[in-house]
Amino acid sequence: MMLNIVQAINQALALEMEKDERVVLLGEDIGVDGGVFRATEGLLKRFGSERVMDTPLAESAIVGTSIGLAVGGLRPVAEIQFMGFMYLGFNQIISHAARLRNRSRGRFTVPLVIRIPYGAGVKALEHHSESTEALFCQIPGLKVVVPSTPYDAKGLLISSIRDADPVIFLEPTKLYRAGRQEVPEDLYEIPLGLAKVVREGEGLTIAAWGAMIPVAQKAAEIVEKEGLFPEIIDLRTLAPLDRKAILESVQRTGRLLIVHEAPKNCGLGAEIAALAAEKAILQLEAPVLRVTGQDITVPLAKSEDYYYPSPDRVAWGIKKIMES
Amino acid sequence: MIEKYGPLKGEMLQILDEKGQVKPDLEPKLEASDLRRIYGLMVVTRAADLKALKLQRQGRMGTFAPSLGHEACQVGSAFALQKKDWVLPYFRDLGTFITLGLPLKNYYLYWMGNEEGMRIPLELNIFTMSVSVSTHLPHAVGIAMAAKIKKEKAVVVAYFGDGATSEGDFNEALNFAGVFKTPNVFICVNNQYAISLPVSKQTAAKTLAQKAIAFGFAGIRVDGNDVLAMYAATKEALEKARSGGEPTLIEAFTYRMGNHTTSDDASRYRTEGEVGEWAKKDPIERYKIYLKGKGIWDEAFESQAQKEAEDLVSDAVKKAEDTPPPSLDDLFIYTYKDMTDDLTEELNELKAFLKEGGQ
Repeated sequence: MMLNIVQAINQALALEMEKDERVVLLGEDIGVDGGVFRATEGLLKRFGSERVMDTPLAESAIVGTSIGLAVGGLRPVAEIQFMGFMYLGFNQIISHAARLRNRSRGRFTVPLVIRIPYGAGVKALEHHSESTEALFCQIPGLKVVVPSTPYDAKGLLISSIRDADPVIFLEPTKLYRAGRQEVPEDLYEIPLGLAKVVREGEGLTIAAWGAMIPVAQKAAEIVEKEGLFPEIIDLRTLAPLDRKAILESVQRTGRLLIVHEAPKNCGLGAEIAALAAEKAILQLEAPVLRVTGQDITVPLAKSEDYYYPSPDRVAWGIKKIMES
Repeated sequence: MIEKYGPLKGEMLQILDEKGQVKPDLEPKLEASDLRRIYGLMVVTRAADLKALKLQRQGRMGTFAPSLGHEACQVGSAFALQKKDWVLPYFRDLGTFITLGLPLKNYYLYWMGNEEGMRIPLELNIFTMSVSVSTHLPHAVGIAMAAKIKKEKAVVVAYFGDGATSEGDFNEALNFAGVFKTPNVFICVNNQYAISLPVSKQTAAKTLAQKAIAFGFAGIRVDGNDVLAMYAATKEALEKARSGGEPTLIEAFTYRMGNHTTSDDASRYRTEGEVGEWAKKDPIERYKIYLKGKGIWDEAFESQAQKEAEDLVSDAVKKAEDTPPPSLDDLFIYTYKDMTDDLTEELNELKAFLKEGGQ
């Protein structure tokens, strides 16, 4: 059936809850209201208030009690309303969710998914446009997943819920309702840790994820007229990174452009560039380039476009790298 | 009983006073064997604690947080628990661990800097200890929520200090516990200081127990140096939680007789006179008088208890010191369920470096 990302997520949650009674949801406004983006719409009615819990407004406790629920044998899926409010629960993620397996020598594990809408481009209020995925990627013990299509959103979320370790599941708000795609009605998994080539090409690899995938695709269409055919890789899982897929592509194309909406400084692009420098430098025909958000606070709605990488800016980056 | 002691009025449950006199109407009904066992556990706790201090001074143990003076609140409360109940300890919980049956070797190993110490035996529902103040309280609520959802009759008990009550996680967790009516017992060990900060500067509230009122459930201040009061209050709170009632906050009013940790010097912020006053309230001494009055304690019993404690402690020290440090593999394999390619590569690189004689 044709679904957008919000619907695909809703369906993944519903199917997995039906199949596995250990799966419980918790978060702010996720019950009666169905979540501020309606990703959990109808689930309270269907599964009851013991499995779909409207919580008080407290991000640290949402993550912290989720850790307890996971240790207690359940499979919690917590929703944090926006990435900009995640920081209130950040300590629980770093200090506990990511480390309990290690601290307890494998006895206490945290099969927990934290769903977080992220990203700019929707003209939202302050704290509603953050893309700070790199903060999570540096923490040993965490997995970080970002879908860019309804099909991937469903399969990746199901895999994340079934995963034995804590998964930060970032949902690009800009793409929530950006388009529909044929999504199978059944349960299916997309393995974590695998990138996907979403556009085959030559002479240049573009590594991107989440809301930057359609931006990169539009940029590719722009430069196509000039005879350039970049390959686009959707990383899908940011931690652990699919280094093999990136290297395979870069070694073949000889050039690497990384596109992300997070600030450039210490963004995940730096890690990917370092990977190319360490393992593919002899195959590179041009310096690695990054087109990213600026190293400033995400501007409010009126000026957001200066921050956010546009197809034009990515196309400009493509031409720059091809000319160098 | 809990409801009878108004935290706003500063009332405190005490069953055994500082001179060892018992309030007969409140005296818990414990068999002589249990009374003996409680004494033995307190003696072991103190002996194990003092030994750890010595080991630290000899360079055989790392920084360590002593439990001296907390024997009653730790042993008394933990003694009331059932096997299926869960305990989330904080970093000053030696007597709790000992009462619940964690091998002392584990405790020593942890403070010696070996992760193996927190490999809690599977048959014990003890959580790894929390070093980051108050952050384990949401876990306690989550485990209790899970127990409630799974219709298990387990109660989840969390221990923490007075300083924890200023943290966000304390307030968020207890608020959740109130809203979700979770089977929790929160034991706040008010030992008067959070490192150097006295409780009077930690909060303007008269008692810590009264904070429970704002979360919609009962709080009680208990004499934390009175093992009978700690046992009785915890038992009642456990029963209430187990029968589907509300959570309870127990403020164990006690004193940290030692330094915060072996890296601390408490004489910088408190007087000898103050410490001396609290020394007169020693939890073991008053309990000894009580047992003597009941005809349970005599010199032979005392020397037997001391001997058993000594043997247990020296055996644990030996076992801990004989335990090798974690292997290189062990440092990596608990990061995720399965090793990632990146981790495997890093581990192999480290092994190769060491094999070549690298340091």
